[in-house]
Amino acid sequence: MSTATVSHHYSSTGLDNRKIAIWAFIGSECMLFVSLISTYLIYKDRSVVGPYPHTPWTDPSTGHVYHAILNIPVTSASTFILLMSSLAMVLALSAVENKGKPQRNLGERILGNSKLWLFMTALLGLGFLGCQAYEFTSFVNEGLTIKTNLFGSTFFTLTGFHGAHVTAGVIWILSMLFIDIKRGLGPSDALNVDIMALYWHFVDVVWVAIFTLVYLIR
Amino acid sequence: MATTVIETTPPHLKPFVPSPVPATVQTYGSSIWGWITTTDHKKIGTLYLFTALFFFLIGGIEAEIIRAQLGGPNRHLVSAETYNQIFTMHGTTMIFLAIMPLSAAFFNFVIPLQIGARDVAFPRLNAFSYWIYLLGGLFISIPILFGHAPNAGWFGYAPLTTKAYSPGVNVDFWVVGLQILGISSLAAGFNFITTIINLRSPGMSLMRMPVFTWMAFIVQFMIVLAFPVITVALFFLLMDRFFGTQFYEVASGGDPLLWQHLFWIFGHPEVYILVLPAFGLVSEVVPTFSKKPLFGYPVMVYSGILIGFLGFGVWAHHMFAVGMGPIADSVFGVTTMLIAIPTGVKIFNWIGTIAQGQFKATSASLFAVGLVCLFTIGGISGVMHSSPPADLQQTDSYFIVAHFHYVLFGGSIMGIFAGIYFYFPKMFGRIMDEKLGKAHFWLTFVAMNLTFFPMHFSGMLGMPRRIYTYDAGQGWDAFNQTSTWGAYLLFVASLIFMYNFFKSLKSGRPAGPNPWGAGTLEWTIPSPPPPYNFAALPNVTSRYPLWEGKQADIDSARINQQGGKSAEELGIVLPYNTVKPALSALFLVLMFSGLIVGHWLIFAGAAAMVLALYAWLTSPLEPEHH
Repeated sequence: MSTATVSHHYSSTGLDNRKIAIWAFIGSECMLFVSLISTYLIYKDRSVVGPYPHTPWTDPSTGHVYHAILNIPVTSASTFILLMSSLAMVLALSAVENKGKPQRNLGERILGNSKLWLFMTALLGLGFLGCQAYEFTSFVNEGLTIKTNLFGSTFFTLTGFHGAHVTAGVIWILSMLFIDIKRGLGPSDALNVDIMALYWHFVDVVWVAIFTLVYLIR
Repeated sequence: MATTVIETTPPHLKPFVPSPVPATVQTYGSSIWGWITTTDHKKIGTLYLFTALFFFLIGGIEAEIIRAQLGGPNRHLVSAETYNQIFTMHGTTMIFLAIMPLSAAFFNFVIPLQIGARDVAFPRLNAFSYWIYLLGGLFISIPILFGHAPNAGWFGYAPLTTKAYSPGVNVDFWVVGLQILGISSLAAGFNFITTIINLRSPGMSLMRMPVFTWMAFIVQFMIVLAFPVITVALFFLLMDRFFGTQFYEVASGGDPLLWQHLFWIFGHPEVYILVLPAFGLVSEVVPTFSKKPLFGYPVMVYSGILIGFLGFGVWAHHMFAVGMGPIADSVFGVTTMLIAIPTGVKIFNWIGTIAQGQFKATSASLFAVGLVCLFTIGGISGVMHSSPPADLQQTDSYFIVAHFHYVLFGGSIMGIFAGIYFYFPKMFGRIMDEKLGKAHFWLTFVAMNLTFFPMHFSGMLGMPRRIYTYDAGQGWDAFNQTSTWGAYLLFVASLIFMYNFFKSLKSGRPAGPNPWGAGTLEWTIPSPPPPYNFAALPNVTSRYPLWEGKQADIDSARINQQGGKSAEELGIVLPYNTVKPALSALFLVLMFSGLIVGHWLIFAGAAAMVLALYAWLTSPLEPEHH
């Protein structure tokens, strides 16, 4: 028996209802992001005015030169931050699952500290959101808004949708951290953390797709 | 009660003898607060049924106005602008507020009973879905009272629906309203997928599941995969209208086909979302009144799954006229022809069941046969315009209107009526009047053909759909006049149904657990079922537990058909009643209303919704027990 979360109710598969529902939810979310990413790709290179993601653009009426908008180094850093948050989430889940087991040395005490890892996950998630806020404001300052051209509309909507998912995830993690501080999470809460982790990893995987298709491939 | 005998002989040897009928009929109670706070799938299903029938009536009245306007040439009963609003709301209401929720009424009521469960997987989420549906339905419907209803057609083609071409609030209500209703369907989809996967009682393997539950299962997958696509399409439109993005701006390089593709990737699966539940209901009704297990059960299941898959690969047949090129046209033409195969298989399976059984004509079985006949006509005209060159002659004409009314009225609505007559006794403990029911059927059947068959001809003669009036002398007059008289007759038929429904609700003959001698689990328990459904979770050993005479099935049935005991006496824990899902739904709808009313309401609604959600998620579902 891996967790103490035993549903009182009979279930056909032996799995908890919530576990099945989150997978159905993730399947549905895939279609959401597939639609958003497809629209971005279909509209790629179709903007009639700049600025453009990968190439500079000179405004014919003013002569102003716009740089290629995307800042790959900053986004690489934020991608790394988000991927590390998934690692922290894995450690948080493991810490919750193993709560109550003897901790023999400092390493095991650190690895077994669920509050620390939940906090780290939320912090890294916030770090990613901070990078996105910086990215968005610098793009707007450079002259690309959601109204400027098709690139602006599709880019901000797609990454904004993803950012909203990260925000919801951070609120979820902070709520879980609050419960951990208030009464302490144990193996009986592992399923709830597991479901949150599935959502968080999914949001991460979506970002890997967005990073590759929007930022890396020209 | 304890001595009641369950018939054990297989039905093809000896007809099933129903259990004795109790003299009194239980009700669900009438406290309004009880209904608002309920988490019981049966009460929520009942709420869906009443609400959806109300919207069905509204959509029907809109149809009557359309037909009155078109009854003769150059009529000016309503203005062109009002006509646009009425046909838009007729389509929107019938699809999103009548047929889908009528199916949802059966999903709610029947699925847990058919799989031997005490409730759905997430009872509070289920209540949440209903309240979003009700409030979203009112949100999208009320503007018509003020002349501001959506007016761009039920599939709201952008760029027509962008601010430049539809500057009023009409389309705002449509965009926001559909976004709200989508949340309801998605939440219900996750709930039912989980319910069917995880709450089947012991022995209820997938291939023993009743076909209605199977079709509902497939539909839920279609909902959770198709609705996100329209969510995105609507979100783009919403951003274009409210925040100045350029998704559908052709001058900025936007593709005028983007909306059409996204909409129909949702929209074609939606067609099967509308009709598969009706197929499921008919697959319960036909075997019961043929006294014979469904012919070709596995093929019925596989063909349903195949329809589910192929349903996602045919969307562009709605777009043959836009010039996608010969390759796309051919591919979508072929996939569309392919999907007729699994659908045809179903028709033959129902015919096979009836042909080999002892068919008994009742209101329910007549409506089921009505579906088999009428859906076939709609299916055949569907195959006709799967061929792009033929479709170019038919698209956007009344021929198309005839086609989709044969599949949606002749298919979905006939199946749903069969389901209402069939499950009314289980829902309310009383049987609907059979004489009135048969009158309702025959009048509906005749009037339906009178209304929609002539549209094939007016369409082939060139009458475009959505036209608000026309000149005489084009050969359309007689066909339109016939259609209009047919529509009036349909209304009379509906009045008979309404009278029968409310009369039977009050004074129908008590039904007992199994008035039809049906074979599946829902008929082993009292009508209406007690709050906990099953006193003991049934042990299922066959597809038709009441028919196949296995000892384990009979033992379960014998325990479960005894009513009168409370959940406490049996030691069954039921979820608390709670108002939090309804409150969360209310705040969510207020949040969306903020887009039109004022942006402060978005934030106020969102804050209130988050608080309500926290209150919901931190409170226990049910009392602790061990």
